[in-house]
Amino acid sequence: MLRKLFKFHGGVKPQTNKEQSTTAPIAAVPLPDRLVIPLHQAVGGHPRPLVQPGDRVFKGQRIGGADGSLSSAVHASTSGLVRAVAPAVMPHTSGLTTLSVIIEPDGEDRWGELDKVNYRSTPPDELRDFLRDAGVVGLGGAVFPSYAKLKPGKEGKLKTLVINGAECEPFITCDDMLMRERAGDMLKGILAMRHMLQAEEVLIGIEDNKPQAVAAVQAAIAASGQSGIEAVAIPTRYPAGGAKQLIRVLTGIEVPHGRRSTDFGVQCFNVGTAYSIYEALELGRPLISRLVTVAGNVNAPRNYDVLIGTPMDHLVRLAGPRADTDRYIMGGPMMGVRMPAFDVPVVKATNCILVGSEAMFPAPAPEMPCIRCGECAKACPADLAPFELYWFSRSKNFGKAQEYHLFDCIECGCCSFVCPSHIPLVDYYRFSKSEIWAREREKEAADAARDRFEFKNHRQEREKLEKAEKLAAKAAATREKVAADGATAPAPGSDAATPAKPAPDAAKRALIEAAMEKARQQKAQAAPKNTDQLSPDVQAEIADIEARREIVAKPAASPLPPQDA
Amino acid sequence: MINSPFVRKAASVQSVMLQVLLALVPGIAAYVWFFGAGILVQIAIASAAALAGEAAMLAIRGKPKAIFLTDLSAIVTAWLIALTFPPIAPWWLTVTGTLLAVVVVKQLYGGLGQNPFNPAMAAFCLMIVAYPALMSQWPAAGQLDFKTQLDLIFGGLRQVDAITGATPLDALRTALRAAANPDSQVHGLRAAQLMDGPAFGFLGGKGSEWIALGYLVGGLWLIQRRIITWHIPFAFCGALLVTAGLLWGVRPDAFASPVFHLASGGAMLGAFFILTDPVSGATTPRGKLLFAAGAAVLTYVIRTFGAYPDGIAFATLLMNILVPIIDMKTQAPVFGHKKD
Repeated sequence: MLRKLFKFHGGVKPQTNKEQSTTAPIAAVPLPDRLVIPLHQAVGGHPRPLVQPGDRVFKGQRIGGADGSLSSAVHASTSGLVRAVAPAVMPHTSGLTTLSVIIEPDGEDRWGELDKVNYRSTPPDELRDFLRDAGVVGLGGAVFPSYAKLKPGKEGKLKTLVINGAECEPFITCDDMLMRERAGDMLKGILAMRHMLQAEEVLIGIEDNKPQAVAAVQAAIAASGQSGIEAVAIPTRYPAGGAKQLIRVLTGIEVPHGRRSTDFGVQCFNVGTAYSIYEALELGRPLISRLVTVAGNVNAPRNYDVLIGTPMDHLVRLAGPRADTDRYIMGGPMMGVRMPAFDVPVVKATNCILVGSEAMFPAPAPEMPCIRCGECAKACPADLAPFELYWFSRSKNFGKAQEYHLFDCIECGCCSFVCPSHIPLVDYYRFSKSEIWAREREKEAADAARDRFEFKNHRQEREKLEKAEKLAAKAAATREKVAADGATAPAPGSDAATPAKPAPDAAKRALIEAAMEKARQQKAQAAPKNTDQLSPDVQAEIADIEARREIVAKPAASPLPPQDA
Repeated sequence: MINSPFVRKAASVQSVMLQVLLALVPGIAAYVWFFGAGILVQIAIASAAALAGEAAMLAIRGKPKAIFLTDLSAIVTAWLIALTFPPIAPWWLTVTGTLLAVVVVKQLYGGLGQNPFNPAMAAFCLMIVAYPALMSQWPAAGQLDFKTQLDLIFGGLRQVDAITGATPLDALRTALRAAANPDSQVHGLRAAQLMDGPAFGFLGGKGSEWIALGYLVGGLWLIQRRIITWHIPFAFCGALLVTAGLLWGVRPDAFASPVFHLASGGAMLGAFFILTDPVSGATTPRGKLLFAAGAAVLTYVIRTFGAYPDGIAFATLLMNILVPIIDMKTQAPVFGHKKD
């Protein structure tokens, strides 16, 4: 293990708190009374619902179809009855709702027919479609559709496939337990990805606080007899599990913000993703469950194999939450998000439910002014100057903030973690980013409106011109015609001295009449009556009124019919 | 708390300032040992004035008093003022300087974290311009007993010229200028020979070299505690050594040795405690190097060719002015944008 490793700048070493949840093996979860499966669980387009209330679904049935160029399917996690397809609160701090399929399990947990795929004999395009329809997304937390990342770069092959088993966030151990218990199957998924990406080498990065995981993966590699795959223990330092940081540590390559890593010959996947690719390809099972760590303020922290859509409180109950529990955090303490309710569902992004209390995660001391001590800059793994970004964000100097690479910030929380003035720095960057996005949208909308307006003006000009041309042509034609008439039809019996005299008059009159008629027509055309552009309802009403008027008007207009004829 | 991170390192402005104060203790101990306990009286006067000024300004500005009075930043300013002012300065000089630092230079600019200038050094400059005589009278080591010091501080005794002299830096400069004069008794003597006098020790001023050593120890501890980085002390000492070394190398008879410069006056205090003030100093690694090297060159120039006893204070303020442009021009490339 003499591989040369690289360092990334900064980083912090929070208390890892990982031992507590790794003492017991991964456990199963009894079926809940209902599953709430949001259709939109991954980066990309909103999948369209494929089921209706009242439908019976089997386990693994597709209930949300991928929609758009980047989107990923969603499946029923167990067999049962679709109770509703309706908005439900999603696991996000905002408390907003999202269209979800609510399933009442029938208890049979019955799979439908499962299609397996031999990845070696299937063309890559078909494999990607298969994985899209199997709902495989990045399980490290970013939930980016995996099929979209399983394309080698321009050269058609990759130098290094990086597999992320670093798991640097405190408390979270689901990747650790996956590697310990399912390394062999995970490796099969990795081999499939390696095949699809034509990767020369595979590096599996694991923080060195997980020696059992490293050993298990190394044993699996040895057992597989494959070469060019290596499990590498890397120094434990948050955020070593950030994709960019891990690529840096293992290969020395820094992938800049906004660039594809494949342009640099690297691609990175989470170990959990590798396992679900194995399940999809070799077992035909779509992504309907994942490993979730339940940790923090519970009596028995542990990892569970959880069906997507399971309400979080159903799961947490198994681990014995303590009495003072007042919050769930999805993810870890550094980057996790606080849940708006206890019964929000576990989704594909849920790697951990961190159960918390005021005592466990006390509010920070009051915010003090920045003293420019530079601790944040020392801790920033993106080499930014966080306190400068803070000043620019505070003063809403967004241009300057972007100049200082605001969007290179990965929101890892290191700066907030170390700040002696207890400034919630990341919140300032989130604010700035959302403000900039909002302004971009506004600007785009304004640009579109201006384009529409300019096009309308342009169109009106063009129509005016066309009309004038048509008119001129018509006038010319009329003039010619009149001239011809005048020439060929002199009044019979008149003498030769006055043949042309009445002709100009007639021609002029005809011309004027033609022009007036034209103008009348145009006026009628150009100015629509205010009754022309009405909704069908209103038009119907008007027609009705007109009809009644006619009935009333008729007797008045025509003489009364004879009373008694 | 709604947003991540939900955990924080145990760190606070107060603990940072407390560690800076602790790091000053070895230097202060040496100060007391060689020059008497008068300096402790000065520290007490300055601290009281700083807290009073801070409290009044916080009240006027409607800011929370408890948090800001206990952050210890005003105390750090007060200690630096006491340690850079003459130990026998009259009490009102110390009080006026401290109030200027805290009220004008710090609070009127917006309080903690907002001041573009180092408050203690701004106060020093203002006072030395306003009271050049009082600010230039330094006792020699062991010259004054504590009672005399108290009398001097509280105004009982004011025949200062009779009992105090210039600083070693001043003395040597005067001597070197005299030595350059063909009519002088000491004509032709070298700096090393001039430093045979009672005011001088083995490196710099007698006693003050030990104080400098105390600051060095405290400063190194601050680096070890990661309160400050190595950049500013290293660049300041390095640039001072190089600048002094160049001139001394060419004309050892006319210029003091680099080691003398390093061990004398406020060099060590400046390198580890004054220029490292994060609020008014440069923040980027390269910027810190430039900032401190610039301060060292200016310090040397003011010491050698100027009229003031030491150059640290003016050099610090001049470099403070340049901090915004230094920081702007020395931003390091960010992740993924470096040229390997």
